[in-house]
Amino acid sequence: MFWDFQWTFEVLPDLLRGLGVTIQVTVVGYLIALILGLLIAIVRRIPIFGSVLHAVMEFIRTTPLIIQLVFVFLLAPSTVSGLTVGIIVIGVHYSAYTAEVYRSGIEGVAKGQWEAARALSLPGRRTWGAIVLPQAIRKVIPALGNYLIAMFKDTPLLLAIGVTELLTEAQRVGSASFRIVEAYTAVGLLFLLVSVPSAILIRRLERRYAAV
Amino acid sequence: MPPSDIPATEGPQGVGDGSKDQPLIVFDQVVKRFGDLTVLDHLDFSVAPGERVTLIGPSGSGKTTILRLLMTLEKVTEGCIWVGGEPYSHMRRGGHLTPAGEGYLRERRKRVGMVFQQFNLFPNMTVRQNIIEAPVHVLGTSKAEANARAVELLDMVGLGDKIDAHPTQLSGGQQQRVAIARALAMQPEILLLDEVTSALDPELVAGVLDVLREIAETTDITMLCVTHEMGFARDVSHRVLMFDQGQIAEEGTPEQIFGEPKEERTKSFLRSVLDNE
Ligand SMILES: Nc1ncnc2c1ncn2[C@@H]1O[C@H](COP(=O)(O)OP(=O)(O)OP(=O)(O)O)[C@@H](O)[C@H]1O
Ligand SMILES: [Mg+2]
Repeated sequence: MFWDFQWTFEVLPDLLRGLGVTIQVTVVGYLIALILGLLIAIVRRIPIFGSVLHAVMEFIRTTPLIIQLVFVFLLAPSTVSGLTVGIIVIGVHYSAYTAEVYRSGIEGVAKGQWEAARALSLPGRRTWGAIVLPQAIRKVIPALGNYLIAMFKDTPLLLAIGVTELLTEAQRVGSASFRIVEAYTAVGLLFLLVSVPSAILIRRLERRYAAV
Repeated sequence: MPPSDIPATEGPQGVGDGSKDQPLIVFDQVVKRFGDLTVLDHLDFSVAPGERVTLIGPSGSGKTTILRLLMTLEKVTEGCIWVGGEPYSHMRRGGHLTPAGEGYLRERRKRVGMVFQQFNLFPNMTVRQNIIEAPVHVLGTSKAEANARAVELLDMVGLGDKIDAHPTQLSGGQQQRVAIARALAMQPEILLLDEVTSALDPELVAGVLDVLREIAETTDITMLCVTHEMGFARDVSHRVLMFDQGQIAEEGTPEQIFGEPKEERTKSFLRSVLDNE
């Protein structure tokens, strides 16, 4: 079999649309995971909320993402698109993991830092915002970066609720014209196009923040 | 075990009667327990305004605990601490003293500063940011004013050229001097020093002690100091308290305690410190 460039160019717009969905899901879902995970990690330190939140997070981590996607999609009002449901569910799902990452980072901040903040009478807002979180987050940037990559790789699961992203788009155009190899190779290259720059970016962030 | 209410609103003797030479700090029958371990056992003592007191005693005798109680890093189990004639570990409510709430403690501890054995500078901030953080965000000092004061304080501790350095770029002795400047930036009335030179290499100790000597000479800050540096204690303190098993075993001027201790416990403690040097 030889490579058909002509065909590849013809389907490229479809593939790029799929890539756009993949990126959209990953970026917005990841932002949700970053912010929600942080809130959960902080609220978990309040005794009453701690155990409840812990149970919820444990539940989310121990059930498959695909089931959560389908379940929420079926419960959601029909006006809400599969894409929206997908982004929210994947974001919330991953926040259960990022919350753990933040938690370990927060616990890694020396007790003396809290005590010095207290000795200076700093309000909780400053203690968290200017002292604890900057130190905690620096340490967990590599671990958070790993979840970005994992989430990127999980986006094809959105097929289960009818969202066609890059891989499903490729499957569709590929099997329609019996050119699966070209389609998947193109997908592979597009994935690389996204993941290599992301990996470089993550590595640079790591280097920048590891130096403290 | 939560600290219980205390029925009396009257302070211990000499407190709250408005007399001029009333003590600044009073420990009134203070008990501190960790679980079954009684660290402070109905401790009574007071410190006058401007007085510099050195706390000595064997390991585990409760010296750090006393400073941590004053910094509100720990809560008293029984009894009450008074500062400036007002309850400190407790607050007045109706006719009772009830364990102080977080808001009350935050307000009251502004007059107290502490320097820790391990410095505890904020590593994510520059020296300047470390020093201006609390004045700006707690006292509401303007950035410009806090900055000017930071420059002054750093000059005083001999680190004027390090204002934009990060703590990790400094030696232990330099970090500790920054920590002293940071505590002073809050203009505390009371300064607590817990073995501030114990974590330092021997050649860096003198620099830190010189800074503290200067503070002692040039300010009237009340100082409570836990140290094994007997020479320093003799130079700067008005009074030495020897602790043992959660109580004061002996107290007196540095000359009395270091020169002619009466208690056997004090003698053997001083011998053990000298042997270690
Ligand atoms: N948070 C805590 N939980 C349990 N026990 C504690 C706690 N803090 C201190 N202790 C115990 O209280 C006792 C007094 O401790 P403290 O640190 O006040 O002694 P110290 O006089 O400062 O001793 P050192 O000279 O070794 O610093 C020790 O037996 C210590 O183990
Ligand atoms: Mg101690």
